[in-house]
Amino acid sequence: MTRGTEVPRRKISLSLFFIPALILIVLFVIFPVLNTVYISFFAPSGEFVGLNNYFDVLSRREVVNVERLSQGFPMGALVHNVIWILIHLPLSLFSGLVLAIFLGNVKGASIVKSAIFLGMVTPMIVGGLILRFTFERGVGVVNALFNLLGFEQLTRTWTAFPDTALFALIFGSVWLWTGFSMILYSAGLATIPKDYYEAAKIDGSTAFRTFYRITLPLLKPITLTVITMTILWELKIFDIVFVATLGGPGGASNVLALLMYNMAFRAFDFNSAAVVATFLTLLTLLVTVGMTRYMVRK
Amino acid sequence: MQAQKIRKSTIIIHAVAWSAALIWILPFLGVLMAAIRPFGEIVHGWWSFAEFNPSFQNFAEAWNHPTAPLGEGIGNSFLVAIPATIIPMLVASLAGYGFARFSFPIRNYIFLTVVLIMAIPQQSIAVPIFQIMNFLGLVDNYIGLVLVHSAWGLAWIILFMRNFFSTLPIEIEEAAKVDGASQFKIFYKIVLPMTLPALASVAVLQFMWVWNDFFLALILIYSPEKLLATQRIPLMRGQYFVDWGVLSAASILLMAVPVLIFALLQKYYIRGMIGWTIKG
Repeated sequence: MTRGTEVPRRKISLSLFFIPALILIVLFVIFPVLNTVYISFFAPSGEFVGLNNYFDVLSRREVVNVERLSQGFPMGALVHNVIWILIHLPLSLFSGLVLAIFLGNVKGASIVKSAIFLGMVTPMIVGGLILRFTFERGVGVVNALFNLLGFEQLTRTWTAFPDTALFALIFGSVWLWTGFSMILYSAGLATIPKDYYEAAKIDGSTAFRTFYRITLPLLKPITLTVITMTILWELKIFDIVFVATLGGPGGASNVLALLMYNMAFRAFDFNSAAVVATFLTLLTLLVTVGMTRYMVRK
Repeated sequence: MQAQKIRKSTIIIHAVAWSAALIWILPFLGVLMAAIRPFGEIVHGWWSFAEFNPSFQNFAEAWNHPTAPLGEGIGNSFLVAIPATIIPMLVASLAGYGFARFSFPIRNYIFLTVVLIMAIPQQSIAVPIFQIMNFLGLVDNYIGLVLVHSAWGLAWIILFMRNFFSTLPIEIEEAAKVDGASQFKIFYKIVLPMTLPALASVAVLQFMWVWNDFFLALILIYSPEKLLATQRIPLMRGQYFVDWGVLSAASILLMAVPVLIFALLQKYYIRGMIGWTIKG
């Protein structure tokens, strides 16, 4: 066998490994994404309007409602997504970390972990339904708790009122998602060598100092991963809102993903929907690229 | 003194851990109670046990629901989820192996593309994918939905498999190459059998992802008898009266599949999840 025939044959068989994946991804992922970007620059009449679509759609009250920002919900889907991130990210990150640390030295920890992780395994469509049930007046356990603590004014069907609907969804989503950060932190804690802690103990370090100086820095790559994945999840949130409130009442719990769906498949305004979809995609790519670059630099 | 101090902190840690578990399990418990008890009993809270007459009535009603029978939906979901798990697994194993073993100039760019694909929302393909499937005559057809799910899952499976393949020792493959085996033969006869644990992780995660999916089914499947299980849940809610008994029973039936898989194959699930996040 000569080298001349060997190399081309090897190249052909090599490319065969990629062709099926390439066809599927190009046809059903890359082309549709580019097509969405493309139609976002056109008016429904077919006229090219460039970025004007973006100025028009992103300044609508459904996206950002400037007048209502100080008055309460609805404040626009983009603002709701931002509020979601501001509440959900620190809460789920912190509770996941605390649980992972506490469960490190608990008997029966695997049962507790499985119970908390159940929310991650549950279909989000069911998760949304359960959280609505949990916040329902009469049958829901949250209201019973508020009643017990004497907050009668909060005893109501949370998802039915504009000023509480979004918060019910956000707190419910913390309950569903905490299992994610807990499992990742647990895996990360298991990789920290025990002698680090023993050395710290011998040096007379306090538990808090040990945590702050040893555990937290070593968990940094995991924290970054959890933050990235959590923000992506929060930006893409759809099922929970769809089943629990449909974005209501009166758009008070609407989010970008659901807004896009309603524009495209309820109002059949494909161009405006493409603008929202492209904008949402840009946000997710920004988060991913930013985090990847940060991690590579480290 | 020391022993007492340790015991106190141990008690606190255990108390916190178990109350956390209780808080997290409470909503599920509520749904279970609503599912097995008549609505009249739980209307003032499922935690009151003045009367307690459990039955499977709600489960039967959800399964044979007049407008959205869940039994049919669960069958449909299996019809979609099984091929939508197997196809991307085979396709992505090939590509992942290619990434791990061969070097070529644009490899790093393709790799970056794979990572970016994992980040984008499904909304960004929704309208064109509907039009493509309409063009191909595959709207309201499971083949269309299976193809989209396969393509959508490929990115993370390729990444996961590549990471796995790069941990395998290359010496065995080189020995086979010296013996004159072709690339494909090496892949099928030697590499693939070694990857069974990784494939198990992929299968568990991809199956659950497809089973739990709602959005892609929502835009591609609309005939009442073809609707998947997840699509039937919102339809059962009713416009004016929310029948929590039937809804809860339906929720439990729908989540039983992923929960069972998780209970039986937890090791593979966790490994898969950690693999595609931490190493990714």
